[in-house]
Amino acid sequence: MASFKVNKTIAEINERIRQGKAVVLNAEEMTEAVRRMGKEKAAREIDVVTTGTFSPMCSSGLLFNIGQQDPPTLKTAKVWMNDVPAYAGLAAVDSYLGATEPTEDDPLNKVYPGRFKYGGGHVIEDLVRGKAVHLRAEAYGTDCYPRKSLDKKITLSELPYAHLLNPRNCYQNYNAAVNLTSRIIYTYMGPLKPNLRNVNFATAGRISPLFNDPLFRTIGLGTRIFLGGGTGYVLGAGTQHVAAPKRTERGLPLSPAGTLMLKGDLKGMNPRYLRGLSFLGYGCSLAVGVGIPIPILNEEIAWFTGVDDSDIQMPVKDYGHDYPNCLPRVIQHVTYEDLKSGEVEIMGKKVETVPMTSYPLSLEVANTLKSWIEKGEFLLTEPVELLPSA
Amino acid sequence: MSEQQTKVYRKNIHLTFPPEISGKPIVSDLVRRYDLTVNILKAQITPRKEGYLTLEISGVEDNCLKGIAYLREQDVTVTDVSQRISRDEESCMHCGMCTAICPTSALAMDLEKRLVVFDKERCTACGLCTRVCPVGAMNVEVENGGL
Ligand code: SF4
Ligand code: SF4
Repeated sequence: MASFKVNKTIAEINERIRQGKAVVLNAEEMTEAVRRMGKEKAAREIDVVTTGTFSPMCSSGLLFNIGQQDPPTLKTAKVWMNDVPAYAGLAAVDSYLGATEPTEDDPLNKVYPGRFKYGGGHVIEDLVRGKAVHLRAEAYGTDCYPRKSLDKKITLSELPYAHLLNPRNCYQNYNAAVNLTSRIIYTYMGPLKPNLRNVNFATAGRISPLFNDPLFRTIGLGTRIFLGGGTGYVLGAGTQHVAAPKRTERGLPLSPAGTLMLKGDLKGMNPRYLRGLSFLGYGCSLAVGVGIPIPILNEEIAWFTGVDDSDIQMPVKDYGHDYPNCLPRVIQHVTYEDLKSGEVEIMGKKVETVPMTSYPLSLEVANTLKSWIEKGEFLLTEPVELLPSA
Repeated sequence: MSEQQTKVYRKNIHLTFPPEISGKPIVSDLVRRYDLTVNILKAQITPRKEGYLTLEISGVEDNCLKGIAYLREQDVTVTDVSQRISRDEESCMHCGMCTAICPTSALAMDLEKRLVVFDKERCTACGLCTRVCPVGAMNVEVENGGL
C-alpha cells in the first residue's frame, strides 16, 4: 500500500459533517484549490468534493411493484404504463420498465427520422411529476392468481415500490461523434451533419463523477449518491464496465471505460433531474442527474479531484460508417477544454462542437449535493467493495 | 444621409395570403417599389389556395416599414416570425443539442455561461429545432391547414 502524508477516514469526515464542520467544495472549485494550494494542503483542508452530471443515460429504468390492487389476485404476464410495455417476467406483480422502450404503437423509424414522442423515460418523468399514468396488465390466470386483467390509473404514491434501477450510467469518458458520410444521420449522440460539420460530445468534464476518481479509489458498491434529485446508491460496476483501458498519466481513460449500476427510491426524486427524452431518428431515453461525493482521504485523491478540462482526452469517432460497422478507428483525440470552446480542429478542418450534457444542470447537481452535505443531511458511506480498475 | 437611414435593417416576417390574391406579384413589388432585398425562407400554398411565405427583408428601415404597410393594404396578414416561435424556458435543459441544426444560429451556446441563448430576431421559424429538441422545449405555431 502506498503511504500518504495525509490520512483521513470516511468515519472522521462523517463526524465533521455531523458537526457542520466539513469543508465541501464542488469539483470546479476543487480544481482551483489544488492548483492554488497543492495536493497535500488541499487534502488537509478539504473533506469532500462533490461531482455532478446531467446527461442522457439510456441504460436506465424503473423496477416497480404494483401490489395486489383489487381482488381477486393477479400475477401479471404483460404490463404497460401509458401504453409503454414493461417486462413482467418476474414474480406476481413486479415489472421493469426500460427508459428506451417506446409506446407500443409508435411508428418508430417507418417515417424516417422517427419522433419517438413517448417512452419509458417519459413514464418515469410523469410518475415523478405526480401525474397519474395508465396501468394495464394481462395475465393467464392460475388457481392462486385468478385475475386476468387490470386497467386503471395509478400514481407514484400508490405504487408500493418504485425504484430507479439503472444498469449502466455515468460513463467514464465517451466518444465524441462525427459523421464523415455525405448525408445527415440521427444518432443517440444527436443529429450529425454530413461531411464533418459538427462534433457532438457528452460529459460534464472536470465536474463529471468518474473523471474525479478515475481509478475508483473511493467509489464502489454501497457508495451513497445524489440520484435524480433524491438519494441513491452505487450497486457496483455497470454493464460494459472496462476496468483496464489505456489511460493518461493522470489515470484518465482514453476511451469509454468505467460505468456504474445505480439504484434509488423514485419517491424521493425530483423531475428537474429526471427527464424523458425523444431523440429524433433514434428513440426514447432518460436524462439522469447523478452526483457523487468524493471523500478526500489523502493527497492522491486530492490530486485526482484536481482534474481539469484540458486533462480530459475524448476519442473522436465516425458514426456515419465506422460505428455502425463496428470499426474501432479513433480519428483522433480532442480535449474537453477544446470541445467546450465551440470549435475544434478534426482532420485539419474546423468543426463546430455541440454538447449533449447540460453543464449548468450538472453543476447544479454538484452544488445541491454540496449543500446537503454542508447541512449535515447527507453522510458518506464506506464502499463494501471497490469497482474493478487497473 | 444620417446613419439611421444607411444602416441595413433586417427582419424575418411571415405572410399569409388569402386565396383571392395568391396570383398577384406582391413580393416583386417589395423589391421594385421599396428597394428591398428579399430572401424567401419558406413558401407554401395549401390546396385551398391560401399561401404562406416566410421572408427575410432587408433595406433601409423606413422602406421596410412602408413595405410591410403595403403588404397589409393588400390584405396580406403579416406577422413577426419571432412571434410564431417560442421556447418553454421551464423545460429547456440547456443541453445544446439544438445548436447542431439551427441554420441561423438563433439557438447558440453562450460559451461562458454554458447556457443556450435563443435570439428570436435571427429565427426563421424553420421548425428544425422543434423536432430535434429531446424534451420538446421549442414550439412553432403551425399554420391552419399547413399540415
Ligand atoms: S435542445 Fe431543447 S433542451 Fe436542449 S438546449 Fe435546445 S431547446 Fe434547450
Ligand atoms: S425554428 Fe429553430 S432551428 Fe429554425 S431558425 Fe428558429 S431557432 Fe433555429
